[in-house]
Amino acid sequence: MKIDTQIVNKLAHLSRLEFNDAEKVEMANNLEKILDWMDKLNEVNTDGVEPLRHISAEINVFREDVAINRLSQAEALSNAPEHDSDYFRVPKVID
Amino acid sequence: MAVGNSFSELSNQIHSGKLSVESLVLSCLSNIKKNAHLNAFVEVYDTEAILCAKEVDSKIKAGNAGKLAGMVIGLKDVLCHKGHGLQAGSKILSNFKSLFNGTVVQRLLDEDAVIIGRQNCDEFAMGSSNENSAFGVVRNAQNPDCVPGGSSGGSAVAVQADMCLISIGSDTGGSVRQPSAFCGTIGLKPTYSRISRYGLIAYASSFDCVGIIGRNIDDIGLVLEVVAGKDEFDSTVSQKAVENYSQLNTWNEKVKIGYLKQSVESEAILPEIRQSTIALIEKLKSEGHTLEAIDLPFIDYVLPAYYILTTAEASSNLSRYDGVKYGYRSPNATDLESMYKKTRSEGFGKEVKKRIMLGTFVLSASYYDAYYTKAQKIRRLIQDSTKKLMQDYSFILMPTTPDVAFKLGEKTSDPLAMYLADIFTVHANLAGIPAISIPNGKAKNGMPIGIQVMSELFGEKKILEFSKYILSLN
Repeated sequence: MKIDTQIVNKLAHLSRLEFNDAEKVEMANNLEKILDWMDKLNEVNTDGVEPLRHISAEINVFREDVAINRLSQAEALSNAPEHDSDYFRVPKVID
Repeated sequence: MAVGNSFSELSNQIHSGKLSVESLVLSCLSNIKKNAHLNAFVEVYDTEAILCAKEVDSKIKAGNAGKLAGMVIGLKDVLCHKGHGLQAGSKILSNFKSLFNGTVVQRLLDEDAVIIGRQNCDEFAMGSSNENSAFGVVRNAQNPDCVPGGSSGGSAVAVQADMCLISIGSDTGGSVRQPSAFCGTIGLKPTYSRISRYGLIAYASSFDCVGIIGRNIDDIGLVLEVVAGKDEFDSTVSQKAVENYSQLNTWNEKVKIGYLKQSVESEAILPEIRQSTIALIEKLKSEGHTLEAIDLPFIDYVLPAYYILTTAEASSNLSRYDGVKYGYRSPNATDLESMYKKTRSEGFGKEVKKRIMLGTFVLSASYYDAYYTKAQKIRRLIQDSTKKLMQDYSFILMPTTPDVAFKLGEKTSDPLAMYLADIFTVHANLAGIPAISIPNGKAKNGMPIGIQVMSELFGEKKILEFSKYILSLN
């Protein structure tokens, strides 16, 4: 199917990505090529076939729900690009 | 002293006092330094590894060392190792340090393995040539102008050039087997769910497997025995008891083996690979096994189905990288939304962005059924037909790859040509079955050739024993 820059813009927004004009053209070309190739699956009749959603044979494996403090607050904040003593920090959301 | 020896030989020398773990670590470190141009390691824990080796040496003297005492191991940059950097080859995880040990890493450490460093890979394990890493390309030790394969390229090269005895990689569509074929190492992808994924950075969760790369089948069996099995941190991992993979029996059964007809006939496969496959088939026949040419009924559909499902899962898994809790954050953001977008656009590489976009497309409301559900149905057909084949054949045999290691840059411009490198390996990930790549000769240009052996679900022991037998025939 035809992938134009409008579709690329929509997908980019949903993916929280952005591209410059040249990248958009390249992305559209690549996506179109790959999706055409994926359309090959339509050659296979899959009427009545149940989609395979889980590959592990395990069903409902439970363990005791015991609360354990595995990470301290300081540890949890230690990888954040910006934080204060208690919280992760992000740009201002409400004026 | 050769690092290339099997672990059991080295272990004997260590326990009889002829060799110390420290000296073994030192020779690995010297091989790493000598081969720095191959770019296999992202970070080397030299001081720490030497200290750890000294501790293991004293445990050995005291008689209380674990099963892996003296095993020097490298970790692909996708495995959580407490207090150590972890980036999945991506800028978006810059400065990230693991806060815990993944299950595999914890089990290795509990048995006194020495972890020597983390290894370069394709970004988020997406790639077949290790040319997609924020840390630069990895080079094949056999010929530095060639790729090592991917995505566990650094891990395969590290074993190839004796920088460690074992590498722990991950295999979503061939990422342990394909680089093993390209580098002349052995790479095992176990059954899906045989090894816990806790602490493995997710790419496509219904495909991801921890895999093991080594030089020697027994070494791989021993490590599998240590890391496999149930884990209260992964509800999808198999509860099945772990077999004694370290105690491999000599193979003496005559079996029926199916080999992929196309792999010995198709013009698309390198002639030397066809020849080496035929030679092995003939050898196995003369040993009294029954070999039959088979078709994989869905072979033309495995790659498109694989890319639909894995990109869908990846687009979801990678949504967590938003610049808030860890990793890179763009300094160019003006508000929350632009922080997300700029962080992700600057932090992810090209291939990763392409796969996120594809995954978002196949999961979008209008195309979900046409692509995603369709591919899940085909996955069911592939799994069913594989189960049927496994009732007739003990093993399925085919080359690991259609070509040997190619030149750096040769396939980067055509995404579909690159994806074809995985044509023979993705099948096992779609069906969930175990598969191994073992060396099977060399091409005229000296580059290694790999042969792949696949078996039924949880047939790891059988695969290891049979692979050891195949290697003894050469």
